[in-house]
Amino acid sequence: MSRNSRRQLANTLSRAFMYFFACVALLPLALVLFYVVIQGMPALMHIEFFLNAQRPEGIPGGGVANAFAGTVVMVGIASVLAIPLGVVAGVQLVEYGTGRIGDAVRLACDVLVSIPSIVVGLFIYGLLVVTFHGPTGFFGSLALAILMLPVVVRTTESAVALVPGALREAGLALGLARWRVALQLILPAAIPGVVTGALLAVARAAGETAPLLLTTLGNVFLTLNPAQRMSALPLIVYHDALTPYPDLVQTAWGAALVLVLLTLLVNVLSRLALRRQIRLAGRI
Amino acid sequence: MATAPATAARAGAPARPADGFRSITTVVSLAAPVVLILIVVVVVITALPAIRTFGPGFLTSRAWNPPKEQFGALPFIFGTVVTSFLALVLALPVGIGVALFLAEQGLSGVRGAIGIGVELLAAIPSVVYGIWGLYILAPWLLLHVSKPLAASLGGIPIFAGPARQTNMLIASVILAVMILPTLSSISREVIRAVPGGLREASVAMGATWWETVWRVILPAARSGIFGATVLSLGRALGETMAVTMTIGNRPEIQSSLLQPAYTLASVIANEFNEATGTVYPAALIELGLVLMLVTLTVNLVALILVHRVSSGARP
Repeated sequence: MSRNSRRQLANTLSRAFMYFFACVALLPLALVLFYVVIQGMPALMHIEFFLNAQRPEGIPGGGVANAFAGTVVMVGIASVLAIPLGVVAGVQLVEYGTGRIGDAVRLACDVLVSIPSIVVGLFIYGLLVVTFHGPTGFFGSLALAILMLPVVVRTTESAVALVPGALREAGLALGLARWRVALQLILPAAIPGVVTGALLAVARAAGETAPLLLTTLGNVFLTLNPAQRMSALPLIVYHDALTPYPDLVQTAWGAALVLVLLTLLVNVLSRLALRRQIRLAGRI
Repeated sequence: MATAPATAARAGAPARPADGFRSITTVVSLAAPVVLILIVVVVVITALPAIRTFGPGFLTSRAWNPPKEQFGALPFIFGTVVTSFLALVLALPVGIGVALFLAEQGLSGVRGAIGIGVELLAAIPSVVYGIWGLYILAPWLLLHVSKPLAASLGGIPIFAGPARQTNMLIASVILAVMILPTLSSISREVIRAVPGGLREASVAMGATWWETVWRVILPAARSGIFGATVLSLGRALGETMAVTMTIGNRPEIQSSLLQPAYTLASVIANEFNEATGTVYPAALIELGLVLMLVTLTVNLVALILVHRVSSGARP
């Protein structure tokens, strides 16, 4: 074989490998989605799944209403805490974040994003659960808020940075105060991107399990009071999947399907919002 | 802090009073660094009693027997390191392949679909990977991979049988899937950051696509890809739920990948709520401290590597 055809062969083979690997990467996604839908659908077919709280093994009609309530309340509180803080911090990073403080905030966010979530759970445990002698839903929300914060900060920052500089200069040239320019001109122009970041953070928080194990533990009763222990959908998936009872395992698959649907929904919404952001930025 | 904005805003305009907006937002933005420092301080303080009780021997002891109050970290460090590195080995070729594919020109429809797919892979909750791994992947791997491996290559210590359904191999496979998005998306950015002139020069010299990738692009992107790899390693080290549900949770050090093991994160998730007394929880918290220090170091190194590449400090 001549040298050139050997080179051609190597090229063709390596390209084939690249396409192969790109397909291999999608295989697990397809398999996870397929099996979660197949295994989870039967659980979602019963209305009791959404209406009733958990019941002990053997008693029919159990559901995961307690977990829905826990996830909604805890993720809600975490969002109220983390999203405003994160948006303001993200705006700050664009407006004034060129100095050393800005660098420190960016680095801290990048490190916080990659810290294991169970370590955040240990932190809340050591700081609050030990001090107040017991887990509560509110402590769980705090742990989730810590996990959401860096996501919101960095996505807000990149959304705000996409807004054309001319808008800022126009506002300043008209004599607007800096805070008016930032909050009434720049931020509205960046809203789709900010919403995307907030949605991604909410989805991340809703799927977190490990920190909740140490901070809120779970609760088989339906409660909306964050001063008590609360359940959550990922906790149901974890606990029920490891039981030997088929109907509890079925419930776990159902809860997993709900989490996956939430993830897909958030991704579609954020993609739409991002497209709007790019259109908006193009118009300005 | 209050004097700096005046100089920034002065260009042309009359001097303004101290910028209250700037001060307030700066204080708010400090939330992230403050929380990070608090996490480190609180975890260290919570672990102090355990450090005093167990001493430095904790890190090298193989014994983990809570009823007898014997606590050692070695089995968990072993399980964490082995599964994370095996996951990297599995994910690296696929991740780089995907990154090269995504960084190419043309075929934008297919590329978009694969990009979205890989992003979704990152968005799926860990616990969903856990239940899928436990009920779908584990039985399949046992039947089609682990048992044949143990039967044919059982003489090699790392494939020694009898193969178990939950073991280090399946935990590593799941970890590989979970770190793939990090690995490929950061590698793609790094490969895109390689100056176009290098690629064009190589193609102009008559090099094929593969020769350009292997001899020009990958060497130029080397340190960034290394950074992406280290960052993925950090993710794998700290991953909790999916590993807890698939690794078998046995505090043993065995050479075979087909045997169950335990990791730092999964022992905390699995045993924390049943840990009674004062010594047992303290030991788990010290394991958490070890995990935190290791992941912090790994991630800081990775962030510095990636930052150096993406800020263009390359020849």
